Amino acid sequence: MIRARGLAQTFHTKQGRRKSVVRAVDGVDLDVAEGEVVGFLGPNGAGKTTTLRMLTTLLRPTAGTATVAGYDVVREAEQVRRSIGYVSQAGGAFSGARAGDEVMDHGMLYGLRRKVVEERGTTLFEQMDLHGLWTRMPKNMSGGQKRRLDIVMGLIHEPTLVFLDEPTTGLDPQARANLWEHIRDLRTRRGATVFLTTHYLDEADALSDRILIIDQGRIVAADTADNLKAQVSGDLVDLELIDPARVSEAAAKLATLTESASEVNIEDRHVRGRVARAGRSVQGLIRDLDRAGIDLDSIEVRRPTLDDVFLALTGRSLRDAETAGSGESDGATTGPDAPAEPTAREDRAVSDAPEGVLR
Amino acid sequence: MRFLRESHIVFRRQLRMNLRNPAWVIIGMLQPVLYLLLFGPLLKPLIDQFGATNAYTFFVPGMLVQLGIFGAFFAGFSLIGEWREGVIEAERVTPASRTALLVGRLYRDLLQLLVQALILIGLGYALGMDAPIRGVVIGTLLTLLIGGACAAASNALALTTKSEDVMAPVINMVMMPVLLLSGILLPMTIGPEWLTTASTFMPIRHVVDGVRDSFGGHYSSSGLLWGSIWSLVLFGLAIWWGTATFRKENS
Repeated sequence: MIRARGLAQTFHTKQGRRKSVVRAVDGVDLDVAEGEVVGFLGPNGAGKTTTLRMLTTLLRPTAGTATVAGYDVVREAEQVRRSIGYVSQAGGAFSGARAGDEVMDHGMLYGLRRKVVEERGTTLFEQMDLHGLWTRMPKNMSGGQKRRLDIVMGLIHEPTLVFLDEPTTGLDPQARANLWEHIRDLRTRRGATVFLTTHYLDEADALSDRILIIDQGRIVAADTADNLKAQVSGDLVDLELIDPARVSEAAAKLATLTESASEVNIEDRHVRGRVARAGRSVQGLIRDLDRAGIDLDSIEVRRPTLDDVFLALTGRSLRDAETAGSGESDGATTGPDAPAEPTAREDRAVSDAPEGVLR
Repeated sequence: MRFLRESHIVFRRQLRMNLRNPAWVIIGMLQPVLYLLLFGPLLKPLIDQFGATNAYTFFVPGMLVQLGIFGAFFAGFSLIGEWREGVIEAERVTPASRTALLVGRLYRDLLQLLVQALILIGLGYALGMDAPIRGVVIGTLLTLLIGGACAAASNALALTTKSEDVMAPVINMVMMPVLLLSGILLPMTIGPEWLTTASTFMPIRHVVDGVRDSFGGHYSSSGLLWGSIWSLVLFGLAIWWGTATFRKENS
């Protein structure tokens, strides 16, 4: 559905007398298959929106090529526009115009007949829980309603590929969870391919089949959330022993499962280590401990978060890379717990473990 | 055909939004009335010195051009608001022609200008203007051309600056010399020679002269010819500029 090779965008900026060249997007290769939901994740300013604007024909790439829905974004811009829906961060409906009028005009700019647009618009309003808001102005709508209206506008010509640029930014947790349902519906109900940018880890995790991570204008990773997590660090196994005298024994046993013995970390009665696919191996570990008569107070297996992935790939935490986005993920359904335990840092060293071993 | 359809959709949307805010419509209608009623009488005793006979036949064409230019210069401000809310981007992601997105907005500005012009001309006749219908029609067409040029330029400027704070001073800077050097209020010919010479470099002056000649019934004058040429040239350039910004519009 999308195929980009070496896509780049260079801006020339002037600060006083100094001219500088900013490489907002610096050679992006990406592929999206039909029917996929792909999350495009990265900190603010990483080049997400610029990439999106090139893929949606709004911005001409300074280098590279991209094919979207089978058409070249530069040479066949019009066909691309016909095939895609794009919901920008700013929205698209004027705050002082009636919602229904904006949808009608937008649909008719695609060359659709008035009646067709009206029918589709009414159905979409129902599906997006906007029933009865046809004549309301966006300025009198809630943030969530306005976002859903923007999505209605993006869907009015029934595109097979939908681009969503930071769809839930600025929404409260409830509205976010609700919008997620609607985004999932895009595929289940309409069979659409969805490409969404976000700087929320939990959002990329919850919605996408596959995640592309962009940092400083380059794609640094592209895989499923599970694979990314498995690649980077493995699951965290945290054993809490009843008898503190036996921690080293337990550590030795845990070390047989980790990549190397140095990865096992001891702290008071706790023994912690990263284990690939811990769900499979931890059973044997428990039997082993049991046979040796080492009793556990608790055992915890924690899947790595995308924040761990980002940290491993870029050397920075996604939150550190964020400058402004501090109001994120305040407890929304699957918020990343991002444990700040000391082992996460050490694990970075082994992040380049070959994938084959892990899967 | 497709172009007409697309620009019509844009036009209808703009018109709907304008009518939703009737304050602007009323101010727009009042402007020419106030100029004619409050400034016209001042010209009456002076008219002989201009080498003209009828104050309103002299004054209405100037007012017409002024309306066309100044009203249209402000057209771009509403575009900045639309841009900020993502409307322009949403329109640009549709397959609609970029020129249609601009021209649809120009229709609205031209319609407003036409209504203003009709009020002005009607009132002018009521106050004793003496002008042939044919001349009035030609003069009005020239006014619409120059008004369209200014509206297109204003839209282009709006999408280039994307800020009211930058745009307002720029427009003020352009408007002052236009007002003073094009003989809208008083004819340039009564001034000293250097000033008259300076004014010949102001394209709008030729448009004002052209409209005045056509209102006076002088259809074969060089003034009308040059006025028409300048109107067409400025219109063409502004449309080209406006379309280019709708096509590019980086951000």
